Amino acid sequence: MKPKRRRLYFVAFGMLALGTAAVLILTALEENIVFFYSPTEVAEKAIAPGRNFRIGGLVEENSVKRHTDSMTTEFNITDLNHTTPVTYRGILPDLFREGQGVVAEGALGPDGVFRATEILAKHDENYMPPGVVEALKKSGRWQEDAAE
Amino acid sequence: MYYLANPNRFLRLSGTVLPWCAGATVLLLIAGLALGLFVAPPDYRQGESVRIMYVHVPAAWMALLVYSSMAAASAVALIWKHPLADLTAKAAAPIGACFTFIALATGALWGQPIWNTWWVWDARLTSMLILFFLYLGYIALSNAFEDPARGARAAAILALVGFVNVPIIKFSVDWWTTLHQPASVIKIGTPSIHASMLVPLFLMALAFTGYFLTVLILRLRSEILARKIRSIQLARVQG
Repeated sequence: MKPKRRRLYFVAFGMLALGTAAVLILTALEENIVFFYSPTEVAEKAIAPGRNFRIGGLVEENSVKRHTDSMTTEFNITDLNHTTPVTYRGILPDLFREGQGVVAEGALGPDGVFRATEILAKHDENYMPPGVVEALKKSGRWQEDAAE
Repeated sequence: MYYLANPNRFLRLSGTVLPWCAGATVLLLIAGLALGLFVAPPDYRQGESVRIMYVHVPAAWMALLVYSSMAAASAVALIWKHPLADLTAKAAAPIGACFTFIALATGALWGQPIWNTWWVWDARLTSMLILFFLYLGYIALSNAFEDPARGARAAAILALVGFVNVPIIKFSVDWWTTLHQPASVIKIGTPSIHASMLVPLFLMALAFTGYFLTVLILRLRSEILARKIRSIQLARVQG
């Protein structure tokens, strides 16, 4: 075999082996790489109260209750299958509103309510000028980010 | 490729291409920045912060493109030992590192108002940070040996090993849950960005590509000329 051809096979085989190793490692580490769990996963996994993790989903419509005296906010995070109630004390992101994707970090209380220590807003992949949104809403083709 | 692999031919050809490339970059950059910063509309939810995208997204694309071309050049250098391949990979590395840094920095500036955090350790952000360290490692390794040929070989192997990270960055937002949003432009189906925002985005992407080619040619030319001077000096000392 010519040396050039041998080096080509060597590099190709090396890349293939590396790729396989990477896939195996990433599959094994999946639990640690995901940034948040959905409410459905939280319900399935039965995570123990007090264990710190992140939960992500949409802020359920008509679920936000603000207590102006104590800076506490109560709302539900939903993935449209399951819903988890959340309480949070502190300043919310500017983008926080009903129907918005959010990620909350904290732990479940014994009562099943998620006590968040930090709320992050998750922006979706849609970019639009305000006028287009108005037009879409008027024509009834506007979809609130239903399938996050 | 074979035709250009001759350094003298490359010097002649790149000399004529260079001014055109530099001129196109300047024009595209002016057009892209003017459209992106002043003409394009604000976003319905992000407001004016959306304008960071016109720098952030092309920089991130370039970070991946430059690394991919670096890995391809390294493979060519290892397998076929073309004289220009090692030089190309070595010349591209600092440019790619700059694009990666710009993507990381502008991303943090955007994340603070939109996400409410500068940084999170999600799969997209972390894999992008790893790419930045791969660039730095490549630059360090290629300069770590007395013998430049050995340094180039070691660095080429590192570039190929690190290429595993490129598909991980691209698909991180699909494979795992991340805070970073999924792809809006390079995906199956129509882009989820309005046309008025897509035009400046593409102009900026072309401008950044032009910048990359201009600086790459400049760096390659100076490296080839430096090697010529070195060999002339060597010949004089020995002669």
